[in-house]
Amino acid sequence: MTALLAVVIGILYGAGLYLVMRRSIVKLVLGLGLLTHAANLLIFTMGRVSRDGAPIVPPGAAELTAPYSDPVPQALVLTAIVISFGVQAFLLVLVKLAHRATGTDDLDALRSTDQ
Amino acid sequence: MTRALPVLPVLVPLATAIACLALHAFPRARRAASVGGAGLLLLAAAALLRHVDAAEFAVLQVGAWPAPFGISLVADRFAAILVLLTGVTGLAVAVYSLGSIDDVREAHGYHTLFHVLLAGVCMAFLTGDLFNLYVAFEVMLMASFVLLALGGERAQLEGAVKYVTLNLLSSGFFLVAVGTLYGVAGTLNMADLARTLESGVAPGLSTTLACLLLVAFGIKAAVFPLFFWLPASYHTPPVAVSAVFAGLLTKVGVYALVRAFTLIFRAEPEFTDALILGIAVFTMVTGVLGAAAQFEFRRVLSFHIVSQIGYMVLGLGLATPLALAGTVFYLMHHIVVKTNLFLVGGLVKWIGGTLALESLGGIYKRRPALALLFLVPAFSLAGIPPLSGFWGKLVLVKAGLDAGQYLVTAIALAVSLLTLYSMTKLWNEAFWKEPPAPGPREDQPLPWTLLGPVVALAAITVAVGLAAGPVFDLASRAGAQLSDPARYVEAVLGPGAAR
Repeated sequence: MTALLAVVIGILYGAGLYLVMRRSIVKLVLGLGLLTHAANLLIFTMGRVSRDGAPIVPPGAAELTAPYSDPVPQALVLTAIVISFGVQAFLLVLVKLAHRATGTDDLDALRSTDQ
Repeated sequence: MTRALPVLPVLVPLATAIACLALHAFPRARRAASVGGAGLLLLAAAALLRHVDAAEFAVLQVGAWPAPFGISLVADRFAAILVLLTGVTGLAVAVYSLGSIDDVREAHGYHTLFHVLLAGVCMAFLTGDLFNLYVAFEVMLMASFVLLALGGERAQLEGAVKYVTLNLLSSGFFLVAVGTLYGVAGTLNMADLARTLESGVAPGLSTTLACLLLVAFGIKAAVFPLFFWLPASYHTPPVAVSAVFAGLLTKVGVYALVRAFTLIFRAEPEFTDALILGIAVFTMVTGVLGAAAQFEFRRVLSFHIVSQIGYMVLGLGLATPLALAGTVFYLMHHIVVKTNLFLVGGLVKWIGGTLALESLGGIYKRRPALALLFLVPAFSLAGIPPLSGFWGKLVLVKAGLDAGQYLVTAIALAVSLLTLYSMTKLWNEAFWKEPPAPGPREDQPLPWTLLGPVVALAAITVAVGLAAGPVFDLASRAGAQLSDPARYVEAVLGPGAAR
């Protein structure tokens, strides 16, 4: 499972980087989205993927019995997903406004203030 | 009350932001709340620094969850100093905003966003947890994204696309480093991380992660070669927004670098310190050379931010207690001076109607007092005695010579000469030469909301220069604390935690 996830993360990073380096502003947004997904999945995988080990103390016991999966990375990913959701929403609006103001989706054309 | 001190600088701006939101229908009350909240933040920050300077640390375990399981808020002297400077900058810019932010921007939540930004900055300085630092960065970034784009002018939107993209990439790197670090060390509490990594868990991987964080924080701090977003965006929003960005945002990146490399990653200091030193030299040189080629007031200043960041990182790379004290002193000096220079730029724009240097001129002839006000921060930035920048550079140069880094020190001195060249250029173009055409408000008196903050910040610069002794003592106490991470670990995790 970990190996499969590693391959998926690699593909996501590759695709994300490719899209970010394109000149189209829409592809930039999609690329940033893919990169965020890759990061989230990486954190998830780093928390050791395991099955059938809910981190809940059984009734009557004083502490967890191994094997159990670590809930912290999932909490981290959840927070990161919420943040990236907000950022993506903002980015979409920004791109729409930028397109309306500049009339182009070419990143190389956004240099009216460069000297 | 003393226990709550570390959380107040986060809560006060958040409460102010909520108040500004609630007062949506009452513009005058909203402005009063904004300035009042910034004043309260300054008071809370002063109380925190006073407490921390005596007690060394102020630690709050949020929700009474013991470290390393909960989130710790930790104020050492370094963090408390930066929070105080956030308060100073916040108040100055909040007042300045009254006279310079238009009604449309105010109606669309300018004050709310401004205080959320301050809350994010303070949280980044005070948190003792790496993931919480990520959250603080995001809070700060979201507010800064909207502040940058608010108003929707074409230049702003173009700048915002670049700024948002690079900062999101940086957040991505940061997140990956945090996640991997958790997988390696099993904790994200900074003190616990310092202890775990020191005990030799995965030494090779920890240096790799240190470099990943170096990239992430380096983008935020705008060091060479990751600074291109800064001069592409900082000159586009209203001056008040530029000023608070210039004063605080990159400094959060510097703070994170200092925290990471003095506390957490001490496994291979020879490698990381040499790397940071090299980055510092290239940052200083490219920044100042970039500035020499610019002919727009705020773009010149933006490149100088990059160059000055080099000096701060230089102290981190030298890594002696004196050098770290120099970094702290330089941060104190730089935040005030750089904010002030942008605010002066706003005054120039108010009078001349533009910030393009070729269309400006003649301010010295008509308003000599204002021209002198520009000279205080400008000379301080270049390092002319007795202003604050001179002492900052003196400490760093001495630390560099003590460490035997003669070439690096020589470059730092040469860069400060080139800084003087840029400041002279601003002086010649905006203040000295005859203007090609008179500006729109040549004969009107400047409103006090614009002039007051500039005068106050210039007074601080002069005061720090004249009272450099006590200020440097404070900085060197902070530097000594940074060079002794074991104390930090014990303050957070309890006595005896650092073996």
